[in-house]
Amino acid sequence: MNKFGVVVFPGSNCDQDMIYVLETIMQQKVVKLWHKDHDLQGCDFIVLPGGFSYGDYLRSGAIARFSPIMKEVVDFANKGGYVMGVCNGFQILAEAGLVPGALLHNKNRKFICNNVYLRSQTRDSLITSQIDPSQVLKIPIAHGEGNYFTDADTLKMLNDNDQVLFRYCDAEGNVTSEANPNGSMENIAGVCNKGRNVFGMMPHPERAADAELSNTDGMILFESILSTVSL
Amino acid sequence: MKFIAEIDVMPKKEILDPQGKAVTGSMKSLGLGTISQVRIGKHITLELEAANEAEAREQVDLACSKLLANLIMESYEFEVKAV
Repeated sequence: MNKFGVVVFPGSNCDQDMIYVLETIMQQKVVKLWHKDHDLQGCDFIVLPGGFSYGDYLRSGAIARFSPIMKEVVDFANKGGYVMGVCNGFQILAEAGLVPGALLHNKNRKFICNNVYLRSQTRDSLITSQIDPSQVLKIPIAHGEGNYFTDADTLKMLNDNDQVLFRYCDAEGNVTSEANPNGSMENIAGVCNKGRNVFGMMPHPERAADAELSNTDGMILFESILSTVSL
Repeated sequence: MKFIAEIDVMPKKEILDPQGKAVTGSMKSLGLGTISQVRIGKHITLELEAANEAEAREQVDLACSKLLANLIMESYEFEVKAV
């Protein structure tokens, strides 16, 4: 990768964490992209960070999806450019139709801020290429609307095309309904689009990528991104 | 011409509505155990300019399908009146 762009919407609050990990820990070039901009500044990987863009009015991500910068992001993604959305970023990608599905209110009606366990479901994606699917990753979630939902046909398509990136599991790696924090269909925590260049996930790898925070399980996603492609 | 639209956006039937479920529970606490299946959506009103009612309906339909409702999880209905 040459340059990462982290989009900042009004109400984004994980943008600095993402920039810190990419710039300081992973030693990459990073620019902030303001939501009113129309220019992706030559970035070859765009990140939509977590937060509460536009106060989550109407639905999480619904208003952000119509920000000026999103037109550029959608065009970039449709041309095969890499885009990753974490948490609110995933909600925005889903609202924009760049990844399938929608994020409903958590089944237990609560905002959940917790470490959860995940397993990667495929090595065939830029963000999971280095992750052994048997490896259990401890990564935090922090959301009120993370309950992944889609219709039966789309769910089948996701499974058939190997588009499920992560599922919630227990500490031993068993994907069970008890280990499903928010009611997501089939424990889905992250998906990619059919073209495998747009990635959405509810858990926050950027909150688990600094040794000072005593959990670096999220680091391997960033290592995957950097190991797979050099443009 | 000026029109007013009254729009209802509801979570789809097959989707769990945690808000509605919580309120259903409170109905029991209130002594209204006869009430069940509470579902909560949004009521949206807006004003718009259009040449005629058909055009107004077309615009409102676009607003609903593109922004006001997410058709993966919600459905919508609306009425349009000239004012």
